[in-house]
Amino acid sequence: MAQEIAVKGRRLNLRQRESLVGFLFCLPWLIHFTLLIAGAMIFSFVISLSRTDLLTGWKFIGFQNYSNLFKDFLFWKSLRVTAYYTFLVVPLGIILALSIALLLNSKVVAFLGFWRLIYYLPSVVSGVAVAILWMWVLNPRFGLLNATLISLGVKNPPRWLYSEEWAIPGFVLMGLWGAGGAMLLYLAGLQSIPTHLYEAAEIDGAGSWAKFWRITLPMLTPTIFFNLIMSIIGSFQVFTQVYVMTNGGPNNATLTMVFYLYRLAFLEFKFGYASALAWVLFFIILFFTMLVVRSSAAWVYYEGELRK
Amino acid sequence: MNTSTLASRIERIRLTTDWQVVFWRVRRIIAKIIIHLILVAGAIVFAAPFVWMLSTSFKTEATAYKIPVEWIPKPIRWQNYIEAWQMQPFPIFYRNTIFLTVVNIIGIVLSSSLVAFAFARVRFWGRDVLFLILLATMMLPGQVTLIPIYVIWSRLKAVNTFWPLIIPEWLSNAYNVFLLRQYMMTITPEMDDAARIDGASWFRIYSQIIIPMSAPALGVVAIQAFSWNWNSFMGPLIYLNTRNKFTIAIGLRLFQSQMSQYMPYTMAMSVVALIPVLIVFFIAQRYFIQGIVITGVKG
Repeated sequence: MAQEIAVKGRRLNLRQRESLVGFLFCLPWLIHFTLLIAGAMIFSFVISLSRTDLLTGWKFIGFQNYSNLFKDFLFWKSLRVTAYYTFLVVPLGIILALSIALLLNSKVVAFLGFWRLIYYLPSVVSGVAVAILWMWVLNPRFGLLNATLISLGVKNPPRWLYSEEWAIPGFVLMGLWGAGGAMLLYLAGLQSIPTHLYEAAEIDGAGSWAKFWRITLPMLTPTIFFNLIMSIIGSFQVFTQVYVMTNGGPNNATLTMVFYLYRLAFLEFKFGYASALAWVLFFIILFFTMLVVRSSAAWVYYEGELRK
Repeated sequence: MNTSTLASRIERIRLTTDWQVVFWRVRRIIAKIIIHLILVAGAIVFAAPFVWMLSTSFKTEATAYKIPVEWIPKPIRWQNYIEAWQMQPFPIFYRNTIFLTVVNIIGIVLSSSLVAFAFARVRFWGRDVLFLILLATMMLPGQVTLIPIYVIWSRLKAVNTFWPLIIPEWLSNAYNVFLLRQYMMTITPEMDDAARIDGASWFRIYSQIIIPMSAPALGVVAIQAFSWNWNSFMGPLIYLNTRNKFTIAIGLRLFQSQMSQYMPYTMAMSVVALIPVLIVFFIAQRYFIQGIVITGVKG
């Protein structure tokens, strides 16, 4: 009798027990989400409405930080710098990564593993060591790049990180050096295109140009879409290179938004103002991500979907 | 296929006489040569900065700045490494970085696999909504939460300790949970159904069935956690402010700002900072490549 009740009780609770188990397994994420994401976002918004250096007190000032931000010359400068970098490095990166992947995917290539390794390796390393390496590569007098340009006969090579116009293009070159990660992604995408599509096109008499535009590129659009979003988000947050290589200069030519945010918060101790900047950055990234997502219906092609 | 294209195809095959075969072969060989020439040129450009870094790190002050570049240093000055290594407490930077990296790899693999298991296998109330929220947070730039989290840690008097760099990593993260969950979904549920009928607990199913079968994905997560933690810069920069707490990234940056005029030393220490990443890369190349493919194509 007692046993029966116990069994009944257990059966009744089976669902609830599974829910409890699920929550327990999820606990790390639940804590992470409540404290470090949701809680932190609310707190961030509160800070952005205040004036504080964390030591001498808090003052609630409403949306003043935001209105100051839009009057701040350096904010607009940082927005222009970041956008300039993003709109150069993202499309060029995609074109470069795709070109290498297409070359490597051609049937005649020997030692594929070797080439893949060489092109992929630079994207594995990152951080301060790479920033230091590139600082020297881009050095106008002793750097590898200008040494090469001079021996190729260029009379006045750019001064890269020391000139306002060439500093961001210098960062772009450094960014393109890491195109190997995306290249690998495209290579995997290319290899997963079913060969029967090409066979069918050949039977219909399609040349390699037509095959590229009508099969390869459409079949790669989901990969391009994913890569595009990730690169936009990543390049809007560029920081380490700026901190190590230029410190935002010359004359704020490389003052990216995240670097400006860092400077406001941790060097000038304007935590409220910096939080407002963080929120604006968030909405800018969200805007561009949404733009890409919205436009995707027109250009991303998913298999099994009919084209109009 | 309609009859006219079929007819033209047959016509084309019939016309493929000997000289045409020769023509196609020659064309193929030319294409092969051109493609390889481009690949070699590109590979030289991609490898050159590495080779230059390595070469410069062995040069003397006199030979490092020469133009055109001397690729093989003469004389080879390996003392650069020893001298630079002693100019800052690099052994301490190294020890701190290894400590943080190892602790955080364990934390990330453990916490993310637990959460991923829940999303992949346990049917609990609100799971699908929670999973959507998890996906949404992947889009959130870290800068929004950077300052409030810093404020909290500074209130807890935890600035200049390792806690702010460890605790969040032990609480799983959306990206790795997503990656592992996707992988666990592909494991057939027959085994854990059988185990459950035999009375195995959820934790046993997690630790004895799902974890061993997710080894490739766990490898990917561990490798990515390694390279992320080893290279991590902004976190240590904000939270660590005395030299005995510095990681290699922060220490290297400090060294570079002091030695900014002396290229061989900074290059030597950059090589030292990169070597562990390169070693791990060569050992676990498969996982690096798989990681990109899993997250990119399935994502």
